[in-house]
Parts: sequence; structure tokens; C-alpha cells
Amino acid sequence: MSHNDKYEAVIGLEVHVQLLTKSKAFSSDATEYGAPPNTQVSVITLGHPGTLPCYNKKALEFAVKIGLATNCSIRKENQWARKNYFYPDLPKGYQITQHTTPLCTAGFLVLKMEGYENKIGITRIHMEEDAGKSMHDQDPYFTLIDLNRAGIPLIEIVSEPDLRTADEAYTYVSEIRKIVRYLDICDGNMEEGSMRCDANVSVRLKGAEEYGQKVEVKNMNSIRNVKRAIEHEIIRQIDLIEKGERVDQDTRSFDALKGTTTSMRSKEAANDYRYFPEPDLPPIIVSEEYVQKVKSEMPSLPEQLKQKFISLGLSDYDASVLTEEKEIANYFMAVCNGTKNVKAAVNWVMGPVKSFCNEQAISISEFLIPAKTISELISMIDEGGMNFSIASQKLFPELLKNPSANPKQLAEGMNLIQQSDEGLILKYIDEALAKFPEKVAEFKGGKTGIASLFMGEVMKLSKGKADPKLTNKLLLQKLDS
Amino acid sequence: MNPLYSSLSQIKIDLESRKTDCISLVKHYLSNIEKKKHLNAFLEVYAEEALQQAALVDEKIKNKTAGRLAGMVIALKDVLCHKGHKVSSSSKILKGFTSLYSGTAIERLLNEDAIIIGRTNCDEFAMGSSNENSAYGNVKNGLDETKVPGGSSGGSAVAVQIDMCLASLGTDTGGSIRQPASFCGVIGIKPTYGRISRYGLVAYASSFDQIGSFTHSISDCSLLLEIMSGADDFDSTASSKAVETYSTKLNFNRKAKIAVFSDCINHPGIDIEIKSRTLNYIEELKSAGHEIEFIDFPYLDYLVPTYYVLTTAEASSNLSRFDGIRFGFKSENAVDLESTYKRNRSEGFGEEVKRRIMLGTFVLSAGFYDAYYTKGQKVRRLIKEKTEEILSRFDFILTPTTPTTAFGLGEKSDDPIAMYLADIFTVQAPIAGIPAITLPLFQHSNGMPYGLQLMAGSFKEAELLAFSAELMK
Repeated sequence: MSHNDKYEAVIGLEVHVQLLTKSKAFSSDATEYGAPPNTQVSVITLGHPGTLPCYNKKALEFAVKIGLATNCSIRKENQWARKNYFYPDLPKGYQITQHTTPLCTAGFLVLKMEGYENKIGITRIHMEEDAGKSMHDQDPYFTLIDLNRAGIPLIEIVSEPDLRTADEAYTYVSEIRKIVRYLDICDGNMEEGSMRCDANVSVRLKGAEEYGQKVEVKNMNSIRNVKRAIEHEIIRQIDLIEKGERVDQDTRSFDALKGTTTSMRSKEAANDYRYFPEPDLPPIIVSEEYVQKVKSEMPSLPEQLKQKFISLGLSDYDASVLTEEKEIANYFMAVCNGTKNVKAAVNWVMGPVKSFCNEQAISISEFLIPAKTISELISMIDEGGMNFSIASQKLFPELLKNPSANPKQLAEGMNLIQQSDEGLILKYIDEALAKFPEKVAEFKGGKTGIASLFMGEVMKLSKGKADPKLTNKLLLQKLDS
Repeated sequence: MNPLYSSLSQIKIDLESRKTDCISLVKHYLSNIEKKKHLNAFLEVYAEEALQQAALVDEKIKNKTAGRLAGMVIALKDVLCHKGHKVSSSSKILKGFTSLYSGTAIERLLNEDAIIIGRTNCDEFAMGSSNENSAYGNVKNGLDETKVPGGSSGGSAVAVQIDMCLASLGTDTGGSIRQPASFCGVIGIKPTYGRISRYGLVAYASSFDQIGSFTHSISDCSLLLEIMSGADDFDSTASSKAVETYSTKLNFNRKAKIAVFSDCINHPGIDIEIKSRTLNYIEELKSAGHEIEFIDFPYLDYLVPTYYVLTTAEASSNLSRFDGIRFGFKSENAVDLESTYKRNRSEGFGEEVKRRIMLGTFVLSAGFYDAYYTKGQKVRRLIKEKTEEILSRFDFILTPTTPTTAFGLGEKSDDPIAMYLADIFTVQAPIAGIPAITLPLFQHSNGMPYGLQLMAGSFKEAELLAFSAELMK
């Protein structure tokens, strides 16, 4: 679209992340996904008269982690607030959240885009509880309500309107997902709703100071759909402006089948949430010592690992791929623990291991061959007991069938260990040369390219196990003598 | 009217000597409840269950395994959750609702073998000063049936007044224990905010509400308090401060330093006889060697407005859960989601509750929040700081508990503002979060009792009770 040069989009994202705590934000009810409806609901979740909330310390720890991972400052004195509204899946008639004192503020994430970087400000991250789930399509007459989700701890990550393209939004959400997975605080599964994203989108003429009219887009249940929805919304708004029409302040829902957004409600009839400090919960004091303790227990983040891998000699590309998922990075590091040959470790993890996982559509956490075994394979190759192609094409498939096997024993059993006994190899060479005396003469006459013929014969005689490097050396010595 | 027993220690002597047993005690109280049924103090009486429990406790007494409250028959205000029993907050919106759990304070009483005889009438959701706001009819004062018992814990006050039980629990948000105790001539205490867990107390205003008791004796008041108090995993606002054994520390063997607010004693709304008797009493205390000083409290006129702005704000939110969707009253006129909320709540709540929800919703609304709620919070802090400052120099603050004795049924029910002013002396303690007690020391020439209120510093219940015991001698 040629309008791309004329207009610029301004995008801010609100990402809700369900925290993987065992119990709910303000009660001891379980949080397991997929339990039968309304089975993880005590009197506290149900909002029965006389019940009170008690906050989950694990949820606070998780929230501090994401704050630190996104370079935020962590607030010392945190007040809970009530957000009041009526809806049947909100049992108390208010949501416990944070209003004027979010736990994390003023952070940022640097997005590495193709050819440039963009630093995206994080306005705030606050803690809150989820509402229940209303299902409007399960029964012809009734809306069904499942309160298992009610009270599950959430954090909301609010970005500054620093994003300019749908691709940047895609990268930003991917980055957030990668971080929460690394921190092990959320499975990042947008399809199941454990991570949700709302986008505030507006467009303006390039170079303009003022923002255009903002539109909120909801119901994007995958990162790809975040991108599609924003792309559509940008075009829709530019078209309106080009036609001389007004962009209305609006909340719109993304339809993944049609790829379009439709109006849900006009913001003019906005709810007055009557926020006020939650009197049932004293403020949480987050001390500097606590923050330091959480920080010291944090796992490495993707960017830190990537830099570490680069310093080990990996290319930027390899380091990026290996840190895409925490489990792959961990597997790679575990392989490296058993060998000094980092290059070989990269080749194994990004080659046979990753290919197998991709073919089987499994995650590396379901991959059964221990990293230690891969390290041993690398050592066997380095010590000359086997070459890469035999290891990857013959031994590796057997290991997949029998993941706990000792690779050396297995290789011996399969008769795959390379022959590096000089005497034996010389015997094969002699046999091979004896078989083709006229070819030996041709070689000595200057047709040196013919060496590969002898090489092939030695390999045939040794059933492929002769160490190729050693054989080559000995063969040339023999022919030159 | 004189109760059969006015303290558990008296009962224990007779239990020991086999002069009585728990079954006889329960029968005595049940018969009084039956005789004075028309006072409407009880919403439900657990006759069978109380007798069964009495038999169990008698067995425990015989086996010497009985808890500290063996022999105590108590009644619960209908805002306290008791597993397997109805709790309605005297509201139509909770008619027929059964609690699935027991509140922490109730559990602690049961663990010490208290016998619960029934639940008592009160103002709906504890909002009122006359017990005329109950969906189940008003309660009459047992000493003069044309008069109110006070509120909101009117039923609990009358139950102890008329010897329908030895003690009862109430809740106090702005005076809901102390004012009816004063009107009915019994002891009523509101402990420090956070002393007793609020888990299982149907919330009116979360940052004010406290459970407390009605008793005839300071010893029972102390014992109940020490049993119910203490930290609770289910209430983050409950204090973890160690609980003293108040009942063993009832000797006040020194002279007290007491502050009296001049403006309070000279308040235009105060009954002239109450004023002069209180002044005389102050002279008596002086002659007994206690040090009394008349001082100014600059925020007296701000107490009631601050109380109503903040409590209604919290109430408007606390009462949102009563929508008839998961439990409680469902209107037949509800046809869709919006009318479900509107009809269930309009028909389920009474007038005073709706008035306070509206007021609270207003003070929290965008555009008015700072002018009302934020300002209310600021004034609350000023009142709290000033009160604490005074209580750092004095042991106690002394006031009449109420400006008048029990007023006539219907007398103020059309004038909410006049009704709100009945709380003028009692709202300070919950605003400041401090403990306060009313002692039934006085009798008016109109025949009705009235109380003397003492307030003490936060968590100074031991001193407050010891001094009260001294004054009750």
C-alpha cells in the first residue's frame, strides 16, 4: 500500500499473563487447567458472604521476576485496589487489582527487527486476579459460567505506544512469551488463554506530533492473529481517513476467520469502575533484599544466553535459534557440559536433534535421548571412533529406539566403531591395490584423481568403518612410495 | 430484670457442685426465649441442637475434658457465618442462605465448648441504630417494649438483657455493639481493629467492622475476647500481635489518667440528665484519685460525616456480591441480565441498605472521588493521629456512650440524619481503629439504662478491661 509512506501507526499493547502458581491469587483453590467446570471453587472463589482474600506470595515472586526481566523498577509499597463492575462471571462484583501503585514501572524491551532495533517502553506491570469464564455458545438458552478461572493470578503488562508496525507487535508479544516461558511463570499459550493480548491502535500522518483516534482491538488468540488484526486495523483506519471519515473511539473484536475487526461497544458508554484501595488486604511491602533474592534466583534470560553463546563462538543466527526456546537452550548447554567441541554441539542440536523434534512435532522436553549421550557421540567422533555420517544416520536412529542405551556399547554391538588400527588399514590398502594393479600404474603415471577409487575399495573392505582421515593418509603414503 | 447467672464463673461453681448442668441451663434460656418471643430478638433458635450440644458438654465436664467455655450459652448476630446454619444479615436478599463454613471467631468459641443457641435479629447488613431496618421485623427493648433496643446488634443486646443466653456476639462498625448495649443496660465491647479475625463476618465496611460481645460481666467479656482474638490465615487484616490473657489481668491497681472532651459533654444533642450524671461520675472518679482532664478534640463535627462517607463507599462494593446469581434472592421479574441485577437487588435490599449503597457508589464515582472518598480518608488519618496522640498522654478517653437513652420505636425512622447522630460518640473508636467499651453504670429517671464509654489505645484491651472491672465493682 502506498499509504505506508504517508501514514504511520501508533500501537500500544496490553498483555495479560496467567501465572503458573499452584493455587489462586487470593485463596488456596487449585488452578489446574482443564478441570471439570466449577470444581476448583471454594467459598472464597465463590464470593460467599464473610469470606476474605489472602494474597499468594508465589504470585508476587513471579510478578517481580517479569518486572526485573523487562528492566522495570519494583515498587516498595504496593496497595491493592478494587475495580467494581457487575458481571455474572465476577463473583464478588469487583476484581482485586492494582490501580495507582503498580508493582513494576518504567521498564523497556529492545526489539531486534530486520535491519533496526526499537526500544519499547513498558509503562507498568500490575498484579490482579482473573474473572471466571462465560460460555455463550454451549447452550441454546443460557450462558454457562465456569468459575475455575476466577481468582487465578494475572499480571497485566502495559506497553508505551512505541510500536509502529504489526511486525513489531508480533515480535514484542513473541518476546514477552519467550521471557515468561524462560522464567517459568506462564506457559504462554495464547490459544488456551493463559496469555492474552489487547492492542490499542491509531494512525497518523508520518511526522505528526499528535496521536490519531485510538481504537482498542480484542480477542486475538494467537501471536499471528495479533499481527493480522493490527494489519487489518491499520488499513481500516487509513481507509477511513483517506475517505475523509472519522475514526471512532471504539472497542473492536478480531474475527480470525474473516481477518477483520468489528465494533463491540462504544467507549462513550464506558464503565465507571470506582477504583478504591482494597480494605481487606494490607499493602504489600516489597523490600530491596527481597528483590535482590528473587533476582539472584532468576534463570538466565534469552538475551543473556544468546550473548553467552556468541561469546562461545556461535554465530548470531545459531545463538538466536538455540535461545528461541528455553528447553532447547538448556539442552544445548547440557550437551556442552559434556564436550569442549561447541561447534559439534551446535551441529548436533540444530541438526539431528531439532530435525527429529520438528518431524515428530514434539518439544525438546519430550525428546528422550539424554544430552549426555549426545556429548558422548561427539567425543566418539572426535576420538576417531566414528564419523558424523555414521553416527547420525546409523547410530542416532537406534538411540531413538533405545534412548537410555550407552552409545559406545550400542555402536560396538552394531559393529559401527571406526577402524583406526594402522596395521589393519594397511592390510585393506594392500588388498585394494592388489585388486587394481593397472589403476595403480595409472596413478603413478599422474592420474592422481583415481585415489578415490582405492579409498572406496578400502571402505568396502572395512565395511565403512575405516577411519577415513587415517586411511587417506596411509593410502597416499603407500602410493607415493 | 436479673439474670439467673451473670457470669460464667458463677455457672462454673454450680456446675462443679452439680447444682446445675448444661442441659438445665439451655432449658432455662429456651424458656426465656419462648416467653419473650414477641421482642423478636431471635431469628432462629437451635433448640434441639443446643440441647444435644449441652448433653455432650455435660459429658465432657464429667470426664474433665471440657473447654474453657463449657457452660456458656451464646447467641450469634445474624451476620456471623456458622457452618450448616442460615445466615441472612436480616436481609431478604439472603433469605434461606446457609453458610458452608464457620467464621474463625465462631470456630474458636466452639472449640472451647460454647453452646450456640440461635441467631439474633439485627439491622439489615448491620446498617442502623435502632434495629428497625430488619427485613424480619424490628426488635423491642426488653425493658420498655415501646422503645428501640438500639442497633445494629439489637437482637444480641436484648438476648443478654432478657437472659435468653449468657452472652452474645455482635459486630460494631460505628457503634453497633456499644449503642444497643447502652440502651439495654449490658456491657458491650468493640476490640481494636484486627484483634479478632473478620473471616466469617458478613462485611459492611471492611476497614471498620469488628466482632465483639455483649455480657453482664467483665470477666466473661475478657474471656470471650482472649479466646476469639489472634492471627488468622484467612484474614490478612487480623493482627499477629500476641493475645494477652485478659481474664487473669483484671486488677487495675493504679490511678488512671483520663481525657474528657469538653465539646462532647457540652454537645447540644446530649440529654441534660446524661450530661449531669456523667459530670458527677467524673467528680467521683476524681475523688477516687484518678486524674481527669477536660480537653478539646478539634474534629468532633467531622466524625459522623467521615464515618458515613467511608463506610458507605466500602459497603457499596462489599454488597456487590449479592446479585442473586450464585445464591440468595431471585426476583420473578428478572428477564435478562440487566433486569437480573436491577430487580434482584432492588427487591432484595431494604431502604436503608439501598440508601447507603447509593451514597457509597456516589462517593466513589469519577468526578466525586477526590472530593468525598479521598477527603474522607485524609480526615480519617487526622482523626486517628489526633486520637492516638491523646491516648499517648492519657490511659483512656471517657464519654457517654450515647447522647440519649433508648428512643421510641418509629421516632427517628423517617429521619436518617437524626438517626445517624445517635452514633456521634461511638464512631470515633472505629474510625481510629481503637478499642472501646460501654459499661451499664447509669439509670435514667425515665427508667432506661445508659452507659459510660471508655476508649483506650490500640491493643490496650488489658488495661481497658482491668479498669472497667474496677468501675463495675
